Amino acid sequence: MSGEPLLSIKGLKVHFPTSSGGLFGATRPLKAVDGVDFDVFPGETLGIVGESGSGKSTIGRAVLQLIKPTAGTVAWLGTNIAGFTRAQMKSRRREMQIVFQDPLASLNPRMTAGDIIAEPLDTFEPQIKADERKARVQEMMAKVGLLPQMINRYPHEFSGGQNQRIGIARAMILKPKLIVADEPVSSLDVSIRAQIINLLADLQKEMGVALIFISHDLAVVRHVSHRVLVLYLGKVMEIAESQVLLSRPRHPYTQALLSAAPVPDPEVERGKKRLLIEGDLPSPLDPPSGCVFRTRCPKAQAQCAQDIPALEPRGGASDHLVACLFPD
Amino acid sequence: MTSVLAVKDLAVSFATPEGAVAAVDGVSFSVEKGECVGIVGESGSGKSQTFMAVMGLLATNGKATGSIKFQDQELVGMKIDKLNKIRGSKMCMIFQDPMTSLTPHLKISRQLTEVLVLHKGMSERDARAKAVQMLDRVKIPDAKRRLDQYPHEFSGGMRQRVMIAMALICEPQLLIADEPSTALDVTVQAQILELMQELRSQGDMSIVMITHDLGVVAGLCNRVMVMYAGAFCETAGVDDIFHDPQHPYARGLVGSIPRLDRPGEARLTAIRGQPPNLQHLPMGCTFQERCDFVFERCIAERPALSTFAPERAKACHLKGFDKEGKVVR
Ligand SMILES: Nc1ncnc2c1ncn2[C@@H]1O[C@H](COP(=O)(O)OP(=O)(O)OP(=O)(O)O)[C@@H](O)[C@H]1O
Ligand code: SF4
Ligand SMILES: [Mg+2]
Repeated sequence: MSGEPLLSIKGLKVHFPTSSGGLFGATRPLKAVDGVDFDVFPGETLGIVGESGSGKSTIGRAVLQLIKPTAGTVAWLGTNIAGFTRAQMKSRRREMQIVFQDPLASLNPRMTAGDIIAEPLDTFEPQIKADERKARVQEMMAKVGLLPQMINRYPHEFSGGQNQRIGIARAMILKPKLIVADEPVSSLDVSIRAQIINLLADLQKEMGVALIFISHDLAVVRHVSHRVLVLYLGKVMEIAESQVLLSRPRHPYTQALLSAAPVPDPEVERGKKRLLIEGDLPSPLDPPSGCVFRTRCPKAQAQCAQDIPALEPRGGASDHLVACLFPD
Repeated sequence: MTSVLAVKDLAVSFATPEGAVAAVDGVSFSVEKGECVGIVGESGSGKSQTFMAVMGLLATNGKATGSIKFQDQELVGMKIDKLNKIRGSKMCMIFQDPMTSLTPHLKISRQLTEVLVLHKGMSERDARAKAVQMLDRVKIPDAKRRLDQYPHEFSGGMRQRVMIAMALICEPQLLIADEPSTALDVTVQAQILELMQELRSQGDMSIVMITHDLGVVAGLCNRVMVMYAGAFCETAGVDDIFHDPQHPYARGLVGSIPRLDRPGEARLTAIRGQPPNLQHLPMGCTFQERCDFVFERCIAERPALSTFAPERAKACHLKGFDKEGKVVR
């Protein structure tokens, strides 16, 4: 990727206070995101993949300031917006939108599809005339594959896939520069999932919007993303161009993730040697010292308990970053 | 040879305020000794309810008709105490959420040994020894000590293992697994699948694997049955389903999953539209509204599941698809 990034995240930390903990009610923070750096360039899709509790959604929300970062900078077109108030964020909201995992739960059940999709319009262009408003909503509906005559229906009258289209239409109607899509297809059926993935890809091409695509499914993330960021317990393990990450993963965790994902082809599965990593994810309340992955890493050495590996370029490519003391 | 499970014309319907819902619409199939059958299909297509009916575990508003034979014994209409001797010992089911099978306030030792003592007349001591052996088998480290812990002391993946141990402790002939790894993290899911694979290769237990993850099926099953709107639309060996699917829905399903091993692949072949409402199924083929090949006969007549090659059946009026993927009418 070249040129100026749209979004540049540096040293991002989001720590949540928890009440459980030591003596005298001392609180220890849950470090949901713990020192994350990445950029997003105009028009690209950056995939963020990670298991539960890795901090994927928290990053997405911190980008939009729906959660206040504990530390770090979130530079939007060169301006640090970390800690911006709602009012300060308002003008930026036009340019940054979000699509959520559970389509039905994220839509107001008492509003019609048309009013939901028009919400950003009503906020930012309140002077708009009724017939133009309707025309723009219907144009957007057609773009996301909804019949424009369904404009007056309510969310419960739509299927999950259709509700996700409503959410996408709402996010796209102001032609934002960035959309954060947080597990946008995880709650959908396989056949519907493919429709939404194709739709996002088409809209991105057509409208040139940048996308942060968050998912636990590496195959989906790989399919839609130009670059992929692999997250584990609030820390970035590896970032690379999507093809490179797949063909030449350098972090042991990325390698394990790739090997763990079942491939829908019996021949491939039969010939596969699985590189299983043991145990469960450690609690983010009590992350391992040194490298957070060391307790499950097949290559861990004594040094991994001491030193925190920095995210550094590896293999001669400036855009392939790996956080491992003993990378491949 | 008799099948472990032989189901004929099984229909399941639920009474609801909006009228009856035909969740399963007259399905016939069998599961043979030692095989692993994958059941795939869209949410709501009837995968779970087919096997809830087999287990006699339908909700109170549900009713099953037809015939379900487990090792030649008819289960439909069987007295509950007789049925209880079969399910939970000869035929077991595991679920996505392990807490549906585990009791939170009982130590897992008690939950594991109870069946052995009650059903098999084992002594408390032998039952404990067997329980430890079972936990070892599902790879729970430090099994002796962990036996006296409560479910909440285990992580999600470990709890899933405990539930599998509980299902296996009576050495059932049939294990029905309903999305056992869906709620788990990718790396933990891989561990559970590895375990299932191992169990499969160890004995002659038959496994039914219900899932919407075709990757899971590819790695584990020898045969696949694809469900759509309450019935099977295609059944075949696992290689045929993935490399030569013959029903338009099965083809769409296989084409709609992004693959990690095919870099640079362009668009997914999404199936358009959405699954039909079970209460307003069309007269003909239930897939007609989404099918790219629909013709007059599809609208007039519901295609029956019929055999078109050895070990292969489909419910579609088309002749099929050739090796290049071209439709043959
Ligand atoms: N108690 C009930 N009352 C009414 N309808 C029911 C009941 N239980 C299930 N159904 C309906 O039966 C149909 C089949 O459900 P089933 O649970 O078998 O689907 P499934 O294929 O397992 O789906 P999933 O992939 O979501 O688990 C669905 O339409 C469902 O809504
Ligand atoms: S019977 Fe007709 S509508 Fe149904 S799947 Fe076959 S071609 Fe399509
Ligand atoms: Mg189910």
